[in-house]
Amino acid sequence: MTRISVKVDGVTYEDEVEPRTLLVHYLREQLGKTGTVIGCDTSNCGACTVHLDGRSVKSCNVLAVQADGHEVTTVEGLADPVDGTLTPVQEAFRDCHALQCGFCTPGMIMQATDLLRENPRPTEEEVRVGMEGNLCRCTGYHNIVRAVLEAAAQREGQRA
Amino acid sequence: MTAVDETRAPSAEVGRDRRRKEDQHLITGRSRFTDNIVLPGMLHVAMVRRPYAHARITGIDASAAQESPGVVAVLTGDDVKDQQGSLPNAWPVTPEQKAPPHPAIAVDRVAFSGEVVAAVVARTAAAARDAAELVDVDYEELDPVVDLKAAAADEKLAHPDLGTNRSALWVFDSAEAGTGGDVEEAIRDAEVLVEREFRQQRLIPAFMEPRSVVVDPTGEQFTMWSATQVPHILRLMLALTLAVPESKIRVIAPDVGGGFGGKLQVTPEEVITFLVARRTGKPCKWTETRSESLLSGHHGRDQWQKLTLAARRDGTVTGLKVELTANMGAYLGLVTSGIPILGAFMFNAIYKFPSYRFECQNVFTNLTWTDAYRGAGRPEATFAIERMMDELATELGRDPIEVREQNWIKHEEFPFTTVAGLEYDSGNYEAATARAKELFGYDELRAEQARRRESGDRVQLGIGVSTFTEMCGLAPSRVLGSLSYGAGGWEHASVRMLPSGKVEVITGSSAHGQGHETAWSQIVADQLGVPFEDVEVLHGDTQISHKGLDTYGSRSLVVGGQAVIKAAQKVIDKARPLAAHVLEANVDDLEFAEGRFTVRGAGEGQEGIGLTDLALAVFAAHDLPDGMEPSLDADATYDPVNFSYPHGTHLCAMEVDTETGQSRMRAYVCVDDVGNVVNPLIVDGQVHGGLVQGIAQALWEEAVYDDQGTLVTGSFVDYTLPTSADTISYVTDRTVTPSTTNDLGAKGVGEAGTIASTPAVVNAVLDAVRQFGVTDIRMPMTPERVWRAIQEGRGSAPTPEAAQPHFEAGEPNQDTPETEGGQA
Repeated sequence: MTRISVKVDGVTYEDEVEPRTLLVHYLREQLGKTGTVIGCDTSNCGACTVHLDGRSVKSCNVLAVQADGHEVTTVEGLADPVDGTLTPVQEAFRDCHALQCGFCTPGMIMQATDLLRENPRPTEEEVRVGMEGNLCRCTGYHNIVRAVLEAAAQREGQRA
Repeated sequence: MTAVDETRAPSAEVGRDRRRKEDQHLITGRSRFTDNIVLPGMLHVAMVRRPYAHARITGIDASAAQESPGVVAVLTGDDVKDQQGSLPNAWPVTPEQKAPPHPAIAVDRVAFSGEVVAAVVARTAAAARDAAELVDVDYEELDPVVDLKAAAADEKLAHPDLGTNRSALWVFDSAEAGTGGDVEEAIRDAEVLVEREFRQQRLIPAFMEPRSVVVDPTGEQFTMWSATQVPHILRLMLALTLAVPESKIRVIAPDVGGGFGGKLQVTPEEVITFLVARRTGKPCKWTETRSESLLSGHHGRDQWQKLTLAARRDGTVTGLKVELTANMGAYLGLVTSGIPILGAFMFNAIYKFPSYRFECQNVFTNLTWTDAYRGAGRPEATFAIERMMDELATELGRDPIEVREQNWIKHEEFPFTTVAGLEYDSGNYEAATARAKELFGYDELRAEQARRRESGDRVQLGIGVSTFTEMCGLAPSRVLGSLSYGAGGWEHASVRMLPSGKVEVITGSSAHGQGHETAWSQIVADQLGVPFEDVEVLHGDTQISHKGLDTYGSRSLVVGGQAVIKAAQKVIDKARPLAAHVLEANVDDLEFAEGRFTVRGAGEGQEGIGLTDLALAVFAAHDLPDGMEPSLDADATYDPVNFSYPHGTHLCAMEVDTETGQSRMRAYVCVDDVGNVVNPLIVDGQVHGGLVQGIAQALWEEAVYDDQGTLVTGSFVDYTLPTSADTISYVTDRTVTPSTTNDLGAKGVGEAGTIASTPAVVNAVLDAVRQFGVTDIRMPMTPERVWRAIQEGRGSAPTPEAAQPHFEAGEPNQDTPETEGGQA
């Protein structure tokens, strides 16, 4: 077992983990952060996407020990912890009906958030390429792409 | 845009694009998927699956697994053979149907790669998986039956004890049924005869949430949480399969991450998890990996389709004969055998064929069993007939839309009884087609296509048409009975009036992404005149929703929604005497509108009494009319009188690079007619998702087996789901021809996109390359297949694969690191 210290959604955790433990298993099984889900075993689907020091990673592709000393944000840590205010990306997903079953949604929202951090004014094509690593079976991506573009416009509006 | 929007009352909820109630918990990570559930003392189950497609089990040594740290039990087929029963098939399509027993854990023989041979139960999921690797199974390999046509010829047997691979032959003939003429006569007299054979490749539903089951045996009842579309059916089938009283089983479908038919099943893993929970006395969980899911969750489609279309020289169709060979895989699942039969009534589609014959031969192979996948029987039918109408147009040298219009049912001809014996209640194919052509710019694109053809452009443009209909809302129970289906097609709902003025609606139609909570709230808000926010929709737990037939076949709104309306109307009827009592009026003088009873003729400005006030009065029960039961709550069970028949016109433009075979979608327009719409946001979402699943069949997806029956597309690396970068934005619109068979005037929409889109895409690619002598390309239309078809059509022999080595034989890879990945 290896001892790690990780800050997840604003809380610092110190835990013993098996060296082989994936970050996603640590989040779900040891911390109860079940908002982050597992959709595949080949890092294709992106359902488990979280932020590691602010950058999106597929948490099935990171060992828990690699997160030692780092900060993780999951979908559960996005909304304001006090009043529950949603982020523009969360709002846009609801507003554009960008989710149906909601299983890919945590990963989609985390990826979209990082995409807009890197590129605040993406074109549709840039959104499509930027979200390529996250699979959805319900929406046909149409409304997910719209939601990311709407979130970009919202943030733009807030800045103006 | 729709007629509903224009005509609805300003306060009406139905027709509004309400944002979904379901979303808040899903966008904040407060989801309750089955795998999220953790119970005290919970054990974890891992399955040992066989690597061979067909083999005899000669021995199992589980001692090493049993000794592995944390392992509580290892169960083999021998351990459970007297308890596990046989997994159910609810649809014996013919009285003579043949089927092998279907054990949850194989006992002495395994019939497809991925079948469970043992289950390991341990303290953690990781320990269970580690130990599963240690179970040593000896097999004697048998010859696997892999090829469908060879299987149909009984060359070798998938189940030797059965004596044949042929499970059932199902036939519909319009001359025998009295619904039309003799197709053989039509074929004999045909001026134009089009004969084609198409392959419906095997697909995998690939819902995003892997299947998961938790069984809690503590307490008086067994509680099963499962990622299922069908909690009610599952409960009944578990009881029948395991000989446990139904009343001792509670099934909960919590948040379910998509299904598309793939979770319309009673699975071996559900039975196994139940058995291990009963044996260990502890809550047990099984969650599959994605690879397990692709391998062992049921697959869809997989048919050979032989079609003969007879027509007159002027383009009028005179007969259609369909001969299907349908791959069951190794076993019959819940409705495996009935899936291709659901297509029987849809090959004639929107066209006025005077004669029709459908034959389907169901065949066993040693592959994963097939069952429902979005559309279930109707995409296969729609694909075939829409391909055939294009073939007919090509044969006659005419525009494909013109030939369709010549043969389709005109809007003034509804209701129309088809040659397959169904009565289509309403439709307007002319209106949908006109709107689609306008949005698409049909004439302009045809002109561009002609220009590119003339100039010999490397990138050629093709236009594909699909004018589909489908039957959904499965179904009137008497029709299902006539098809030997094992259950009815009704749906149940309850409306409960709470004393605080809130309303609880219970539906037997359990959603897994379709937005029932939102849509049902809209319906009930209108019916009872209560705020949308005050309606709570409950479903998916057999202890709360004790009765229901669940969600599949685009049935929820047209059957389940109608049940909700019936229950709400009963609530109003029950409240009426109390309202009369409170208002001191005659019952017959009461009017109910916007949630209030008023007295007719008592003038404007009267207060009347609100339904929610009556709910409180009933709760107190202090002053009720003599003999009144203190309750306004009501139940309704609704059996539909007919299927619903959505239709639409889909137009697709594909650009094909004739040098590489690469195709690119340029535009996709669909105008669907799903009758009146409760929530346009949700309807559009259903259409978008449906479209991409159908487009994916045309272009990308296929479950591929090698000749030993091993699935080679066993992960998301190889089973290529479309991504956001593969797809485009779609133009969707609607025409509205209300259904005449339910109060909402609604028709199903869940499967429409998938049913319609596949032939539109295939027809478009073919339209681009027919000029090179191409007549067909098998799905998925990969660049390689398109390129080869062009080469073969042009008469130039395709380059044999081995003729162009990219490095010298015997030499190491000559690519330098700098040139790898095409960077040079």
